[in-house]
Amino acid sequence: MGISDFPDAFKGTRETKGVCPFNDQNDPVAMLLRFKDVRKAAHDYKSFISGAKPGRIVVPSEVNIRETRQIPFEVDPPEHTEYRALVEDWFKRPLQPEYEAGLERIVESELERVLRKGSIEVISELSLPIQSKALTLLLNIPMEEAKTWISWGVHVFRSEDSDLDGEKAAILYDYIDAEIDKVIENPDDSLYGVLLNSEYQGRKMTKEEVKGVLILTFAGGRDTVINYLTNTLAYLAEHPEALRQLEDNPELVNTAIEELVRYFSPLTHMGRVVAKEKEVCGHTAKEDTRISLCWASANRDEGVFENPNEVVLDRKMNPHIAFGFGTHKCLGATHARQLMKVFLRVLTKKVESIEIIDAQENIEDWGAHQRKVGFDSLQIELNPKK
Amino acid sequence: MAKITYITKSGETFEYEATSGNLMELAVKNKVPGIDGDCGGVCSCATCHVHVAPEFYGKLDAPSEIESDMLEFDDNVSEYSRLCCQIPVSDLVDGIKVEVAN
Ligand code: HEM
Ligand code: FES
Repeated sequence: MGISDFPDAFKGTRETKGVCPFNDQNDPVAMLLRFKDVRKAAHDYKSFISGAKPGRIVVPSEVNIRETRQIPFEVDPPEHTEYRALVEDWFKRPLQPEYEAGLERIVESELERVLRKGSIEVISELSLPIQSKALTLLLNIPMEEAKTWISWGVHVFRSEDSDLDGEKAAILYDYIDAEIDKVIENPDDSLYGVLLNSEYQGRKMTKEEVKGVLILTFAGGRDTVINYLTNTLAYLAEHPEALRQLEDNPELVNTAIEELVRYFSPLTHMGRVVAKEKEVCGHTAKEDTRISLCWASANRDEGVFENPNEVVLDRKMNPHIAFGFGTHKCLGATHARQLMKVFLRVLTKKVESIEIIDAQENIEDWGAHQRKVGFDSLQIELNPKK
Repeated sequence: MAKITYITKSGETFEYEATSGNLMELAVKNKVPGIDGDCGGVCSCATCHVHVAPEFYGKLDAPSEIESDMLEFDDNVSEYSRLCCQIPVSDLVDGIKVEVAN
């Protein structure tokens, strides 16, 4: 098996049972594994709610390390609709030509830097810097700020040996508090400034609400984007023909970015709390217990995808749900897609070949199932085009 | 060459002529409000949902199962709903009118 193969971890259980129980800190989760069930449950926000105790819909649960409600993620309609409308246009800015050009400058200079080195560890030396610098564009703040975030290292929200490290999480929460205070003193046109000026239900957004949006923007867009970039590099290292196809046929990028996000599904699943007892796929979801929507499993469902375990860069029909589905579908998807488009374009222009030197896989443990989601470290050699 | 008309939620009309591509690409290129085409046409986002004028609906190839399933969950669905990334530009659709659903 190649380094860039990401096996379908849930196949057996998806086909035989459809639901996988997982015990998380004595608040068990029934993971829904089939495409149709996941989409249906994601759509049914009245039965399966996000607006539970803050941290509870995340698996592993963050209720013990977080009090701030993430907005709009941990809110249900109708409140969700109003919050989301406040930020929707802001998160579409990545479609503007200036934004795309900004991403291109970031990716070009980061790639040039590592090409001079030759051999690199991808996550710390390339993916994290690109992700952090790109995020300054989304927040509309000076690029300098990325230095601070890069210095936190990859594991800001988790420590090496624990997914739930309150002290680590506090670094981010304290940082965001301080930034909000700065912008209150000196209003600007960053996401902080825009949110502080926004009105929700006819009143100004509170500091706590602004913090809730920003924690989500930092947390939701960090590991996901890092894995998307890193895994893609691993894939291209082992598929040099794909690198050339992408170069010769620039249109291919449009379907390739969707296929890569389907195959890697950087966010494995997300929970919901059951508002009212309901049957799903033979499982009785009891009131106030948790289910989860397993995007990663759904995206390998053979009933929907032909050859689900193959990367088909020109897959025409690809109704993947890697960015979620329905009410809470990913707000950062426009940014993530645009970044990957630019990344592939610049990479194929500058890089001749990529060799993998060493790889340590990052395997998530979901009880009966172990899922490879990315790498803890990936050492490669990059050979520039002449 | 096919002439295609989009009518937006606010009642504005946009008319274009095209020879290739699909109805989503044409709308996105011309920034027709309400058609975003987030997924680039792979049937994963439903941000290209339109209602096809009844006299044209039957002329089109029937939607695939994937498209129908996608529409099942979208807002403002009618019996004339289509994801317009799945409607190729061709002589068959010359003169077609579609209303943007969202
Ligand atoms: C490849 C990268 C990414 C993947 C795979 C991804 C995946 C997802 C998924 C599956 C959801 C749905 C969660 C649910 O239904 O509960 C979601 C929601 C969200 N994502 Fe992403 N995401 C990515 C990048 C980003 C980025 C870059 C940002 C912002 C910086 C972001 C911000 C958000 C926000 C704010 C939501 C919540 C939207 C709402 O509740 O209305 N994501 N993401
Ligand atoms: S453009 Fe995404 S479904 Fe049509």
